[in-house]
Amino acid sequence: MMTLQQQNISDNNFESCIKCTICTVYCPVTAVNPDYPGPKQAGPDGERYRLKKPLFYDEALKYCLNCKRCEVACPNDVRIGDIIQSARIKYGRHRPSLRDSMLADTDTVGTMASAFAPIVNFTLGLKPVKLIMDAVLGIDDHRTFPKYSSLKFETWFRKNAAPSQDKFKRHVAYFHGCYVNYNYPQLGMDFVKVFNAVGIGVRLLDKEKCCGVAKIANRCVKDATRDAEINLRSIREAVGNGCDVMLTSSTCCFTIRDEYSHVLKLDNKDVRDHVSLATRELYRLVDEGKVKLVFRKDFHKRVAYHVPCHMEKLGWGIYSTTLMKMIPGLDLVRLDPHCCGIAGTYGFKKEYYNYSQAIGEPLFRQILSEKLDSVATDCETCKWQIEMSTGLPVENPISLIARALDVEATMKANGVE
Amino acid sequence: MRFDTIIIGGGLSGLVSAIECARAGQKTAVVSAGQSALHFWSGSFELLGQAGGETVIDRPLDSLDTLPENHPYRRIGSERLRTLLSKVPGMLSDAGLKSAGSLDRNHLRLTPLGFLKPAWLTLGDYVAFEAGKPLPWKKVALVNIYSYLDFYPRFLAYGLEKRGVECKMAAVNIPDLDTLRKSTTEMRATNMSRFLTDSAVDRLAAEVNKVAKGMDAVIMPAVLGIYSDAPVECLRKGVDVPVWFVPTTPASVPGVRCQLSLRDLFIRLGGEFLPGDIVKGGEFEKNRLRRVYTVNLGDMPLEGDNFIISTGSFFGHGLIADIERIYEPVFGLDLNVKGGRTEWYRKDFYAPQPYMEYGVTTDKEFRPSRKGETIENLYATGALLAGFNALKEGSGAGITLATALHVASRITG
Repeated sequence: MMTLQQQNISDNNFESCIKCTICTVYCPVTAVNPDYPGPKQAGPDGERYRLKKPLFYDEALKYCLNCKRCEVACPNDVRIGDIIQSARIKYGRHRPSLRDSMLADTDTVGTMASAFAPIVNFTLGLKPVKLIMDAVLGIDDHRTFPKYSSLKFETWFRKNAAPSQDKFKRHVAYFHGCYVNYNYPQLGMDFVKVFNAVGIGVRLLDKEKCCGVAKIANRCVKDATRDAEINLRSIREAVGNGCDVMLTSSTCCFTIRDEYSHVLKLDNKDVRDHVSLATRELYRLVDEGKVKLVFRKDFHKRVAYHVPCHMEKLGWGIYSTTLMKMIPGLDLVRLDPHCCGIAGTYGFKKEYYNYSQAIGEPLFRQILSEKLDSVATDCETCKWQIEMSTGLPVENPISLIARALDVEATMKANGVE
Repeated sequence: MRFDTIIIGGGLSGLVSAIECARAGQKTAVVSAGQSALHFWSGSFELLGQAGGETVIDRPLDSLDTLPENHPYRRIGSERLRTLLSKVPGMLSDAGLKSAGSLDRNHLRLTPLGFLKPAWLTLGDYVAFEAGKPLPWKKVALVNIYSYLDFYPRFLAYGLEKRGVECKMAAVNIPDLDTLRKSTTEMRATNMSRFLTDSAVDRLAAEVNKVAKGMDAVIMPAVLGIYSDAPVECLRKGVDVPVWFVPTTPASVPGVRCQLSLRDLFIRLGGEFLPGDIVKGGEFEKNRLRRVYTVNLGDMPLEGDNFIISTGSFFGHGLIADIERIYEPVFGLDLNVKGGRTEWYRKDFYAPQPYMEYGVTTDKEFRPSRKGETIENLYATGALLAGFNALKEGSGAGITLATALHVASRITG
């Protein structure tokens, strides 16, 4: 029997807030933008008023990055970020602008851009084009756009990898995400290389749509829900076939596992624990002695690891760092936990660009103070931000492992022919 | 994932034992369910402020026999307490925190409400007086930040004037804080400290100088130096008279500083700090804890040779009280709770409250039990322990630190 108290607990624990203000200490936005009311006021405090009358909704909630650092800091397990995102969706008065819809619709834009990748990349790099996008759309002209790839990952996979996957006894399904598909197929290739080398086959999902994080952030909720339902159907099918679903993006992973149920209110309980990060699964296999990784002796690099905010929320940074520490030639530098400021599409917007850079500044400073060959992180937008702001190359830990791996020796050690 | 020692709780007690274990070369992990009670810290650690109804000043370690027999201090013993606690200033200094104080004689700290309370260690920049002597100042300026509401100069003036110090009250402003004032709810100590850096501090110092002329000292709310000493040093250099700080309403700047500094020291020593994760429970074999499961790590448990639970008292959720019962939520450890709800408290709010002494009962090595069976490789430290009233005794920090150091030294042998 549920007690009276239990029956009156909301989805996001907002009643548990004791107004301690600890969340405000860890909010990256509060530190640079006083127009933002801060997570306590924007979240549980404001929610009390909004529940009374929606007119208490404050448009300044748009400044929230949805980084969830408030939730990681909260001693009372209040889902402050979820309260804020849900309020933006429920009470936000302005419809998403053309710019917001474009930034959010990664699949459509990505498909088009991939088809004309060389032209798009060239054009997006031109100063006059950037100035026009800045003036007309409100996409900041300082922002460097990620390059589009003319070869989509899915196309590469079907042609080059899919035929050889049947020979493996065990398989995982790979949710590659928009970034791997349209911008950086190399990461997907690295994932296939590493998993194949340890004797695990890779399949793609029947249908994969954008995870929806950009649509949620831009309040295109209907579209996000439609995509999420397609993804959940495909994930269920893969799990039903005995394939757990692996990702190389911490944000896509977090979105599917937690935002689907907390923000989009979709039931994903049955598959949530089958959706995981590639680094976590690889660590598990190594730790349980089921696979072996053999690394090259000529790999030498000094790399700093940046924990993306959503990775901090997932609590899985430890798997990426522990795996990287297994590489003998890798000198790992731990960076202070700090938001890089881009928060997906947030840092592309003209009105947020300066906040975005100010938020990331201490991180950039720390990166530049170390003598590094590169930075590692599990999030693609952190990668764009750190590359643009420090000039250093940024790689996913899976790519680093792929580069450091002695593939032949690893295959041999795992009995792969 | 395997560790030598796994610590549940990332507050003062958990971090201190974690630092000791990591320093001894152990592979150590801390699981921290949100930020800790350190965020409410005054900037001073108390050892023992009250015994037998009297304020303790001299030789607090000699007053232990007035405490109940089962009190954590008495179980550790005064000689060992001295050895353990004498490590603390060094550890704080390794973490980048300056402190002052002595185990032989309490000093008096100035509370935000203008009272003087006995303390053992106080952070270098906070107001502390030598006990039994007149206060060292004749005239001080109590300088608030304009429109900051969590600092009460009148209370401080009341306390200081009673002791013969003439007080002048003033509020200063610098344009750097105008933007922060836009959200009236956000004018907090910790928020201000994020804006009061670099040249903003020079501007603040110039304003403070205008009201500090002819004063023996300036007393300000603790609104600087959340991430490092640099802004405080800069202000002290820029102001013509000595500047001292008094803690504010939480979240506390010295508290956040202490939390982050100790966490960073632990990570520098090779420790793994898992923030925002909750231990759901563990698996026992015979009377040993083998592994614990957390919310974030799911089906991949943390295995360890030894475990320390430092989850705090009611406030830290180390103990949970519902309508019918009080329990320890992680493992269901045995507690010293007696009777039903009406026995937990006294109606006189200021009377010593029985619930304040509730906590986990342990053997002499601070190992708790479940259903009467001691768990051989699990240790409990800090506010979670039974048998003391930290508020009445003025002993919370001392017990937290002493039990953490005691247990860590047992584990690291």
